[in-house]
Amino acid sequence: MNQSDPYHLARHAGEQLYHFHGGLRLRHNKKMSCETPVEKAALATRYYVPLLQHSGQQAEPLVSAGQHVLKGDVLGCFSQLGSGYIHAPTSGTVTAIALHPNSHPSGKDGRCVVIKPDGLDQWTELDPLSDWQHAEPGQLVDIIRKKGIVGLGGAVFPTDFKVSEASERGIHTLVLNGSECEPYISCDEMLMREQPDSIVLGARILQKAIGANRTVIAIEDQMGVVDQALSAAVKRSDANDIDVVKVTTIYPEGGEKQLIKVLTGLEVPSGGRPTDLGILCQNVATATAVARAVTEGKPLIERIVTVTGNGVRRPRNLLAQIGLPISNLVDQCGGYSQGAARLVLGGPMMGYALSTDANPVVKAANCILVLTENDIRPAQPEMPCIRCGECARVCPALLLPQSLQAAIRNELWDDTADLGLADCIECGCCDFVCPSHIPLVEWFRFGKSSLHALNRERELASKARERFEAREARLVKIKQDRKHRIERKKKALQEGKGRQEKIAAAVERVRVKQEKET
Amino acid sequence: MSRSFDTGGAPHFPPHITVSGVMLQVIYALLPAIAAHAWFFGPGILFQILLAVFFAIGFEALMLKIRKKPMRLFLGDFSAVTTAILFALCVPPLAPWWVALFGMLFAIVVAKHLYGGLGHNMFNPAMVGYVVVLISFPQAMTAWLPPLSIAGNSLGLGDTLMTILSGNPPAGLSWDAITEATPLDTIRTSVASGSMISEARQAPVFGDFGGIGWEWIANWYAVGGVWLLWRRIISWQAPIAMIGSVLALGTIAWLADPGNNPAPLQHVFSGALIIGAFFIATDPVSGCASARGRLVFGAGVGIITLMIRRWGGYPDGVAFAVLLMNMAAPLIDRYTQPRKFGQ
Repeated sequence: MNQSDPYHLARHAGEQLYHFHGGLRLRHNKKMSCETPVEKAALATRYYVPLLQHSGQQAEPLVSAGQHVLKGDVLGCFSQLGSGYIHAPTSGTVTAIALHPNSHPSGKDGRCVVIKPDGLDQWTELDPLSDWQHAEPGQLVDIIRKKGIVGLGGAVFPTDFKVSEASERGIHTLVLNGSECEPYISCDEMLMREQPDSIVLGARILQKAIGANRTVIAIEDQMGVVDQALSAAVKRSDANDIDVVKVTTIYPEGGEKQLIKVLTGLEVPSGGRPTDLGILCQNVATATAVARAVTEGKPLIERIVTVTGNGVRRPRNLLAQIGLPISNLVDQCGGYSQGAARLVLGGPMMGYALSTDANPVVKAANCILVLTENDIRPAQPEMPCIRCGECARVCPALLLPQSLQAAIRNELWDDTADLGLADCIECGCCDFVCPSHIPLVEWFRFGKSSLHALNRERELASKARERFEAREARLVKIKQDRKHRIERKKKALQEGKGRQEKIAAAVERVRVKQEKET
Repeated sequence: MSRSFDTGGAPHFPPHITVSGVMLQVIYALLPAIAAHAWFFGPGILFQILLAVFFAIGFEALMLKIRKKPMRLFLGDFSAVTTAILFALCVPPLAPWWVALFGMLFAIVVAKHLYGGLGHNMFNPAMVGYVVVLISFPQAMTAWLPPLSIAGNSLGLGDTLMTILSGNPPAGLSWDAITEATPLDTIRTSVASGSMISEARQAPVFGDFGGIGWEWIANWYAVGGVWLLWRRIISWQAPIAMIGSVLALGTIAWLADPGNNPAPLQHVFSGALIIGAFFIATDPVSGCASARGRLVFGAGVGIITLMIRRWGGYPDGVAFAVLLMNMAAPLIDRYTQPRKFGQ
C-alpha cells in the first residue's frame, strides 16, 4: 500500500497539531462546576427510564408493571437488532410503563419505565470478565452491546455498532475525546481528574476490541490537572502505546471530524467516517463505561452530569442514575437561584431547552445548564440576511450557511445537496455570529429532514417507474410473441399449402401417366 | 415539585452582534474622515449629511409603511442612515438640497425597497443614488470647493447653508469664484488639452500624493477601514484586491507612459478610491459572499475604476465600477464556492 495515502498518514495522529477552519473561542465558564469533587446523586422516590434514548427506534419493554427488578436488570431493548439495552438504575418495583416528559430533542413525551425504588439499591448478579486480555473481539462487542453502552459525548450512538464496524475495517488508532469544548460542561474533565485509571483501562479494552495498536487521548490545553492525572495513570498501567495530547480549546474542536483534523491534518471524507482513515473516536466517559461493563459486569445505568449555570445555587458534577428526575439533581445543588429562566440539556451551543425539570436524566445528559435572563438571548426579531459572510467564516465544515439557508427557504433541494447540507454538523457557530439572528441550524435540521423525505419519495417514485416500465416491456413482449406465433403458424400453413399442391401435382402427374399407359 | 421553563432555540447566549450594531460601527468608522472633510473644505459636508439622512429616513419610513414592514425594527437598523452618509460623502459640499432629495429617492426607494428592501438590493444604494444625480445634474455635481488653505473665498456657516438651500452662490460671488476642480478633474482636463501630468501637478490643489486635503481625508477613511477590519465588520479581501489592482496596473501604466498617466499613489489617494475600497466594495449585500469572490470583486472594481479614469467620460469611476461589479457578483459567487470539509 502507498505510504502517503490518508490511512497511513493518519498513523501519526497527535505527533503534530493542525488547525481546522472556523470555530469560535468562547468563554469556558467551566470553573464554577469544577470546584467540588463529583458527588453521588441521592436516591429518588421515582425513576423514569425512557425507552427512547437515542435518535431512531424506541426500545421495547421487557418488564411489566408490578414486577420487582434489581439494579442492573434489563428493562428493554430493540428485539429486532438485539441492541439498545436499557437497565434498571436501582432495585425496586416497576409501577408503570407510561408516557412521561422525556429528555429528547423532539420535546415530545416518551414511554418510560417507572420504578419505585425499594431503598436497598441491590445489584443483580453481575458477570465480570476476568481475563479480557484473552477475549475475542466479538465477545467484547457482545458485552458492550448487552451492557447498553452508547457514546456519552452527547450523540449516544450505540458503541457496539461503532466497535464492530471498526474491527471489521481495520483500525490503527483509537482516539479518546476528552476535549468537551462547549462552555459550562465539565463532566469529562472531572471524570479524567478522578478516574484516570478507569479511562486507561477502557482504552486498552477498546483497543483490543478494534485491533488498534495505539491510543491518543485528546484533552484541552487548559486542563493542566487532567494532563498530570492521565499521564500518571498511563505510567501506572505500563502501557507504552497510549499518548495524552493537549489541543487548543476552540469550539467545536470536540467534534469528531474537527478533532481528527487537529490531530492528523487530514479530513474525514465528506459523507465518510473516521474509520476511512483507520481511526475510531470515542468519548472518554464511554471508555470508562466499557471498562466497568467488561471488568465489573456493570451495565450503563449512571453517568456524570454537570449541573451548572448562574441559575443554580451550587454548581457541581453529580454521578446520576439514568431515569433520575432533573429536579432532584437541581435540589442537590442547592436549588434554583433567583432569575433562573432557562433549563438546557447539554451545552449552550448545541443543547436544547427543556420545558420542565420533571424530565429524567438520560444517557445523553452530559450537562444540566440553568441560565438566567441575562445569560440568554431575548427573543430576537429575525432580520433579513445582509450577506455579511460571518457564518461562512466560522463554519467548521467550510459551508456557506447563508446560501444554504436561502436554498432551503426556496426549496431548491438539488442546490442544498450541492452546497453540502449533509456535511453540516449543527454546531451552531453560524447562529452565534449571525447579526440578523436567523436560526440557521433550525433551518438546516428542517432541510435535512425535508431532503431525507424527498429522497425517499424519489426512491419510491423511481421504483414505481421501474415497475411501470417493466410491465410495459412485458406487455410489448407478450404482444410481439403472439404476433410471432401467428406469423409462424401462417408460414407453416402456407408451407403446408405448398406441400399439398406439390402432392396434388404429383398425384396428378401419376394419374396422367397411368391414363396414358391405359 | 417540578418547575416549568420557557424554551427557545440554541445557541443559548445573548446576541453577539446585531444588524444595527454593524451599521453603527460603519458610521463610527466614517466619523474621522467626516471631521477631516469639514476641517479642509468647510461645514458643507455636515449639511449634506443632515439633508441626506433626513430624506433617507423619510423615504425609508414611507416605503416600510407601503410595504407593511415593522417600522421600528427596520428604521432602527441604521442601514438607511449609513447609505445616506456614504452618499453625502460623494456629493460636493455646496450641492443644492434637491441633489440629496433625488439621490435618496433613487437610493432608498428604487435601489433598496423596489428590489426587496434590506438584504435584497442587487446594487449598492448609495452608489445608485450618486450615479443618478451625477448623470442628471452634472452642473451641480461639479460644485467642489478648494481646500480652505488655498481658497480665495471661503464661505461661513450661514453662507454655506444659504447656498445649499437656494441653489445659488452667495450674493456678489459667482460659482467660479468659490468652486475649484478636483485634482482628478484637473488631471483629466490638462491631459486632454495636451499637457503632461507633471505640468498638471503644478496646480495648487495638489499635495504630496493626491490633492491637498483629499489625501488626508483618504487617510482617515483608511484608518476607519482598518478599524472595521480589526472589529471584523468587514473582511480584507475586497479592499486589498481593489487597492492592489490599482497599484499594480497604475504602476505599469505610469512606467510605460509617465507623461499621460498619474503616479500609482496619486490614483490611490485621489477621488473615491479609499472610501470605495473600505466602505463601498465591502458592502456585503451587493458584493460577493465567498472569500475568493471578494478578491475578484475588489480587483474588478479597481481595474474598471482605472479604465474609466483613463478612457471614460468621467474623472472618477469608482461608483460606476462598483455598480458594474454588483451585476457580476452573483455569477462570481457561483464560480468561487469554497471547497467543503472532506472534499
